[in-house]
Amino acid sequence: MDLRVVLAGLFMAAGCFFLIVAAIGILRFPDFYTRMHPAGKADTLGQALIIAGLIIYWGINLVSVKLLIIALFIMVANPTAAYALANAAYASGVKPWKKGEERK
Amino acid sequence: MFTAAALVVAFAAVLVLYRAIKGPRVYDRLLAVNVIGTKTVVLLALIGFMYERPYFLDVALVYALINFIATIAFLKYRELGRLD
Amino acid sequence: MSFVLTAIIMFAFWLLLSGEFTPILLGSGIVSSLLVAYISHDLLFGNARFGVLAGRFWRFLLYLPWLFKEIVVANFDLVYRTLHPKMPIDPEVRNFQADLNTDMGISMLANSITLTPGTVTMEAKSDGSFTVHSLVRGSDAEDMERRIKRIERGA
Repeated sequence: MDLRVVLAGLFMAAGCFFLIVAAIGILRFPDFYTRMHPAGKADTLGQALIIAGLIIYWGINLVSVKLLIIALFIMVANPTAAYALANAAYASGVKPWKKGEERK
Repeated sequence: MFTAAALVVAFAAVLVLYRAIKGPRVYDRLLAVNVIGTKTVVLLALIGFMYERPYFLDVALVYALINFIATIAFLKYRELGRLD
Repeated sequence: MSFVLTAIIMFAFWLLLSGEFTPILLGSGIVSSLLVAYISHDLLFGNARFGVLAGRFWRFLLYLPWLFKEIVVANFDLVYRTLHPKMPIDPEVRNFQADLNTDMGISMLANSITLTPGTVTMEAKSDGSFTVHSLVRGSDAEDMERRIKRIERGA
C-alpha cells in the first residue's frame, strides 16, 4: 500500500468521524442555537477533511483544484449560512436554552 | 475506501434527516436541510471518485452553490416576505 | 479598476473550471465574466485601493494557519461536549463591540467566531456590534478581534 493512500484514508476517516459527531450533536443538543455549533463547526471541518483526503489521493491536477475550490467554498459558505440562520432565529425572537431548563 | 466513506456520509445525513422531520421549529428544519445539502456535496464528490468520473465534481460545485443560495433565499423570504 | 480586476479573476476561474480551450468555450467565458464583472464589480473589492487590498490579502494568508489550529481545537472541544453522556454545556448570549470598520473585516470576524471554540455569531451589524452565542460561559473572542484588526489595518 502506498503511503499517500494511507494518508488519504486517515484524512477521510477523521472527516467521517467529525460528520457523524456533527449529526449526533444536531440530534442531541437541547435547542436551536446549541445545534448551530455542530452544524457550523464539526460539519465544516468534516467536509474539509474528506475533501483534503480526496486531494491527497488524487495528487495535484485540475480535478484537485476543483476539489480545493469546493472545500474553500464550503468553508466560507457553511458558517455564513449558520450565521444567517442564527440571525433570522434571533431576530424572530427564538429564546436561547439556559442550563437546567427542559429540552425543546 | 470511497464506498465506506460514502456510506458513512449517507448515514450521517439520515441521522440529520430525523431532525429535519421532527423540527420543532422551522429554523431547526432549515438547519438540518442545509447540513444534509452540504453532506450531499461531499457525497457527490465521493461518488465521482467511486466510479472514476471527475465530472461529478462539477455537479458537486454547482450543488454547493445552489444549496447556499437556497438557504439564504429562504431566510430572506421568511424575514422580509419578498425576494426582490 | 475593480471592474477589470473582477473580470480577470472571473475569467481565470472560468478557465480553471472548464479546462478546455475551444473557441466557443473561451468566447462564452469572456462574455459571462464581463457580464458578471459588470453586475458585481463593486461587491468583491469595494472602493479600497489596490495596494491596501494586496496587503490585506497577504496578512489574511498569514492569519489562516492560526485559524486552522483554532478550528481543530474547537472541534475536539465540541466532540468532547457532544459525546459526553452528561453534555457539559452552559450556553449564554453576550454582546460586544468590535472596533472594525470594513464590511470584509466584520464578516471575517463573524465567520471566524462561528468556526472557533464554543461560539456562534448571532448578529453582526456594520457598526461592529456583535451578539454571540457561546456554548460555555465565559469563552471570549477578543484575541481574534485583535488579529483581524491587524489584517484590516496592517499595524
